[in-house]
Amino acid sequence: MSKSKSINKELSVAAIKEGTVIDHIPADASFKVAAILKLRKDLNMVSIATNLNSKSLGKKGIVKVSNKNLTEEEVNKIAVVAPNATVNIIKDYKVKEKIKVNLQKVIENVIKCSNPVCITNHESISTIFYVAKQNPLQVKCHYCERVMGKEDIKLIG
Amino acid sequence: MNFKNRDIISIYDFSKEDILYILKTAKKMEKRSNPSLLKNNIMATLFFEPSTRTRLSFIAAMEQLGGKVTGFANSKITSIKKGETLWDTAKMVEQYVDLIVIRHHLEGSARLAAEASSKPVINGGDGSNQHPTQTLLDLYTIQKSKDTLNNLHVGILGDLKYGRTVHSLAIALSHFNPIFYFISPDALKMPRNYIAELREKGIRIYETPNLLSVSKKLDILYVTRIQQERFPDPLEYEKYKGVYRLDSSLTKYVKRDLKIMHPLPRIDEIDKSLDNTPHALYFEQAANGIPVRKALISLVLGKIR
Repeated sequence: MSKSKSINKELSVAAIKEGTVIDHIPADASFKVAAILKLRKDLNMVSIATNLNSKSLGKKGIVKVSNKNLTEEEVNKIAVVAPNATVNIIKDYKVKEKIKVNLQKVIENVIKCSNPVCITNHESISTIFYVAKQNPLQVKCHYCERVMGKEDIKLIG
Repeated sequence: MNFKNRDIISIYDFSKEDILYILKTAKKMEKRSNPSLLKNNIMATLFFEPSTRTRLSFIAAMEQLGGKVTGFANSKITSIKKGETLWDTAKMVEQYVDLIVIRHHLEGSARLAAEASSKPVINGGDGSNQHPTQTLLDLYTIQKSKDTLNNLHVGILGDLKYGRTVHSLAIALSHFNPIFYFISPDALKMPRNYIAELREKGIRIYETPNLLSVSKKLDILYVTRIQQERFPDPLEYEKYKGVYRLDSSLTKYVKRDLKIMHPLPRIDEIDKSLDNTPHALYFEQAANGIPVRKALISLVLGKIR
């Protein structure tokens, strides 16, 4: 099966002509990805799918945004919730570029500090987290220095 | 080593060499310091949370070096009451002074103030997080009484969960190959992330609720107060207050040269009967706040190198 055919089959729910398709999102993370990318406020056509069958993940999610090419910086932000996602930039129904998400050492303004007495929960400032460990994910707050595991990570917004 | 304009926010920001340099400078300051070294310099003390030792020793250190002090010890009489943000407060205060010392109950507040201010900021305690000048004076006290910081058997007793001084002290001492004995009730044990961090550095750690099971091994016993103000639930506090009460009977179960430290204030965890024994080091420890803070102020103001 050729690559374009397989993608057509995969995208049959709502194929897009131009834009970005984020694939291989963990099934429980589609809405989180949409939140990180602030898609709720996006005026383009946005599709958020979850619990799709996947050979590699069992169940997976997909997020599609028409007429918008996500930047590498935006893409890397979603690594916190979807470390194995692939981002396909679509032109005329075809994949023009594939970007693998890459967890940055410093994560700005994506994670909300779970420490209620952290200054970031009391003043309007951007949060900054450092990745302390990749697998399993552990992050450390730049301000209160608390280390949080994946289960404590909440997103802004 | 140049500390000019450096902020003193977290012990994590300091290398072993930085720490040793600060202690060396403190020693020089204790021997002899120039009473007009900081003439024409002003320090602000922004104390949003109660303090006796930290604030007074910062003020005394500044004044003994000829500097001036402004600030507040009660934020209720300031514009913070009107809703001014910490960022704005720090931005405004930096226009008036050369150095800011801040204590605040919110964690990360000192880091934020340092980002807002172009003048150096010293953290005088941010909630349960960091109190780096306390840690440096603790190290200074240990070094002074033991002639070394290396390879010591250090017991830390009390509230190891919420106590910021014990977290910073453990991390700072980890540069010097200690053997740690963490003595606390189960519910107030050292947080697991600190244990993991110390173990990763190859530090040996023993945890026990029972002081007497390890007391004979110790060179230093660092006692802390069970801090009522950090407990989310007052009932929990009632359960653990008074769980350790050290008195002169302890002297039978320790090494002759064991030194007992405490960041103070104490409630009832160290009985007065220990005060006149050769083991008591806590009042000297409090006194060491002066040379250490003199050193830090002078270093960040660039008045000594």
